[in-house]
Amino acid sequence: MTEVLDTSTPMGRPLKRKEDARLLHGQTNWTDNIQLPGTVHMAILRSPMAHAKITKLDVSGALDQPHVVAAYGAAELGDLNGAIPCVWPVTDDIQMPPFPALAVDKVRHVGDAVAVVLATDKTAAYDALEAIDVDYEPLPAVVDMEAALQPGAPLVHDGEGAPMSNECYTFPLPGTGIPYDEAKAKADVVVKRRFVNQRIIAGYMEPRAVVASPMGMSNEMTVWSATQIPHILRVLLSLVTGLPENALRVVAPDVGGGFGGKLQLYREEILAVQLARHLGRPVKWTETRSEDMVASHHGRDQIQDIEICATKDGKLLGLKVDLLADMGAYLQIITPGIPLLGMFMFPAIYKMESYDFNCVGVFTNKTPTDAIRGAGRPEATFAIERIMDELAAELNMDPMKLREMNWIQHEEFPYATIAGLTYDTGNYEAATAKAMDLFGYDELRAEQEARRASGDPVQLGLGISTFTEMCGLAPSRTLGALKYVAGGWEHCTIRALPTGKIELITGTSPHGQGHETAWSQIAASILGVEVEDIEVVHGDTGRAPYGMDTYGSRSLAVGGQAIKKAAERLVEKAKVIAAHQLECSVDDLEFVDGAFRVKGDPEKAQPLAAVAFEAFSAHNLPDGVEPTLQAEATVDPDDFSYPHGTHLCAIEVDTETGKSTIRKYVCVDDVGVQVNPLIVEGQVHGGLAQGIAQALYEGVEYDEDGNLLTASFADYLIPSAADLPSFVTGTTVTPSTTNPLGTKGVGEAGAIASTPAVINAIVDALRPMGVTDVLMPASPQNVWRAIEDAKGGAA
Amino acid sequence: MTHVPISVTVDGTVYDGEVEPRTLLVHWLRDSLGRVGTVVGCDTSSCGACTVLLDGRSVKSCSVLAVQADGHSITTIQGLAEGEDNWHPVQTALKECHGLQCGYCTPGMVMSTVDLLSENPNPTEEEIREGLHGNLCRCTGYHNIVKSVQHAAEAMGGAK
Repeated sequence: MTEVLDTSTPMGRPLKRKEDARLLHGQTNWTDNIQLPGTVHMAILRSPMAHAKITKLDVSGALDQPHVVAAYGAAELGDLNGAIPCVWPVTDDIQMPPFPALAVDKVRHVGDAVAVVLATDKTAAYDALEAIDVDYEPLPAVVDMEAALQPGAPLVHDGEGAPMSNECYTFPLPGTGIPYDEAKAKADVVVKRRFVNQRIIAGYMEPRAVVASPMGMSNEMTVWSATQIPHILRVLLSLVTGLPENALRVVAPDVGGGFGGKLQLYREEILAVQLARHLGRPVKWTETRSEDMVASHHGRDQIQDIEICATKDGKLLGLKVDLLADMGAYLQIITPGIPLLGMFMFPAIYKMESYDFNCVGVFTNKTPTDAIRGAGRPEATFAIERIMDELAAELNMDPMKLREMNWIQHEEFPYATIAGLTYDTGNYEAATAKAMDLFGYDELRAEQEARRASGDPVQLGLGISTFTEMCGLAPSRTLGALKYVAGGWEHCTIRALPTGKIELITGTSPHGQGHETAWSQIAASILGVEVEDIEVVHGDTGRAPYGMDTYGSRSLAVGGQAIKKAAERLVEKAKVIAAHQLECSVDDLEFVDGAFRVKGDPEKAQPLAAVAFEAFSAHNLPDGVEPTLQAEATVDPDDFSYPHGTHLCAIEVDTETGKSTIRKYVCVDDVGVQVNPLIVEGQVHGGLAQGIAQALYEGVEYDEDGNLLTASFADYLIPSAADLPSFVTGTTVTPSTTNPLGTKGVGEAGAIASTPAVINAIVDALRPMGVTDVLMPASPQNVWRAIEDAKGGAA
Repeated sequence: MTHVPISVTVDGTVYDGEVEPRTLLVHWLRDSLGRVGTVVGCDTSSCGACTVLLDGRSVKSCSVLAVQADGHSITTIQGLAEGEDNWHPVQTALKECHGLQCGYCTPGMVMSTVDLLSENPNPTEEEIREGLHGNLCRCTGYHNIVKSVQHAAEAMGGAK
């Protein structure tokens, strides 16, 4: 695949980022930096128990403490106690129990919010929590999903109108291909496995924070929040608190990472707004990391029963997926929908005749789950890529060969999948060929054979993941069909200012993705101006009123279209003014290098900046043309786009200690047309680290009573530089056909693809010992246990 | 609670103040002095986002009491560059090699790297990875941070 770099415009060039200067000098505007006069600091008393009745709650003791202004339990809060709405009720009969900001009568997970103290000094607010008198009557906790579904299990929600079981919903995907039983009847080989996709955290480095500041006697309120979704948050906060939406301004200032964890309406945001309004002064809250571990949503946590059937030659016939998905104790805004984003992706890049999917959402006494980087697609990709390796082993076939004979060929796109999607473009052959070349697959297989033959205690394993994902969320009609309440469009306004500068106002809300640089590159390429002359405005509903924010690898795939369209509209309007200035017809003009030039007489030209000044002064505009030079576009995407790639991992496993060490990691990703390859590569690296971390290091652990055992960064292992290798990355470019820039998405790719590549490598290393699976994270202990269990099974 | 007088030089300016003995250096920097370039990422001294230099050596400012800094000199991310156009080579290298994304870990990563390179001007990849193991980053996967440190070492005359 040839990559053509057009050096005449900034598009496609690995420009250094505009964002970096201030970030590298500490000149940043994190939410916690904001110090407003008269601020009161909020501290929250959290439940130490997974499931209990609150038999006594007396906050009066806190009021006697120094600097304390107010204290509330649910009773004192009364009508101010808002509830978090779930905006993705996936079925008609889904159980959606109330999720109050402060718990009422009962707590349902460790970290559930019980009471709140406000003080003029932050430390004093936390000190005063000690003076709150609270008694709990412990109730049996449900921690395990299967136990939660047993008859007679303790109910997470048992109040009036509550569900009679811990089942939140059951979602079957009807009618895709021939009935699974028919496919199975034709099969020579059936492989069934249970995979556990463990609970993890988002692990953004900036803790969550919120500042709510009321404006005098009016209803006006400004809310700064460390959020990915200022626009959606504004709508939700208005709906929940009753504050008029037009009086509410939400700002996401510098935001230090999100990874889905800040795609949320959190109870602390509701409390801050309600109490700021009630007290008439700014309220500020910044979580501690220990609070984050119990109070910010977790992700993944699925038990996956997967069955795949094929002919003896390796032709896939059918796939059957039965999921249990842990909702946790409450539904956050899109908790139930996360597994359904994965529903479409289990068949992945493979052709088959039948696909059967069923998902049961389950309540447990644990922190709620919701989106984390990939949101449903990593779970699906893990399951299909793992079972493809298991099937290859059953067929005694090379796992790459099995994939090759079943994947969609590049000439078959667009391809209608068994799950009901239409994949736009792809070239799995090209990406795989490049990756195999970079990896040295055959040499590593030879080394593996030699180590096996010599009985080396350190065995070598090779893991493959040939993945695709859907990104560019999302066509609004599709979201509507899936019962998601909001749309999936994106907006851009571009203003050519009289001084020649360009203001690009986007509805996306970056938190590390480099939108200021990349969006400037897109607009500069169309407007013919310097990247440095464009200011990208984002993350503030006051300055960028329309937007759907940043998640789901959507910002470029959807927001990029809006930028392109707005820039082209601006040029069209400017052309009319330029023609008037140059006393020629619009048709006589062409727009080259940032200036309108008369065809055949290029010296007769009017630069865009001069047109912008004319539009500002408005002294000599053509009849019917309004002053100011700006254009806007709101784009609803036609369809998703489907990046893909081939990831290969070589791992050394010490069979005596269980320790796994990545020897080599190669990936070739195809994310369509690239705006800035430097940023693309950086996103891939970060995704790889997060996916590898799920495979090897990270996991939220609870004990049987629902106590969180991984309640800090000292107990939850976020990998450091010393825990990860350097990566070998490459790309191929197959432009998307679902958007005019030809772009796909990259933010989640690495995290989706890498986890199964690592686990496949470990299992591959240990397969001669009888190991067919290893629990994640594949810590030395879990690997050692898998080896010992296999020995026991053989004995 | 009784307050204790302290006098600390921060980024070249002497600050006199009174603090509760339990006040952490990072909270004093941020909340009392408004030096908010240094940030807090955890409360277990695991993440290193709060790293500053104390008399030229890196410390996690969440693990130092403000009173312990009395009479000492602190350099933060805000005092590292000598003017807007005179960046420290580590800052330049991180931009050149795209060694940051959201930028939240960056202050700590920069200060730890400055200390690492002063101790070992020509580190191997393994020494870089071990040397920065107390600084967590969630965005970059460290690949480009390692490249940045190598780049900075070269610019500072360490690497061959």
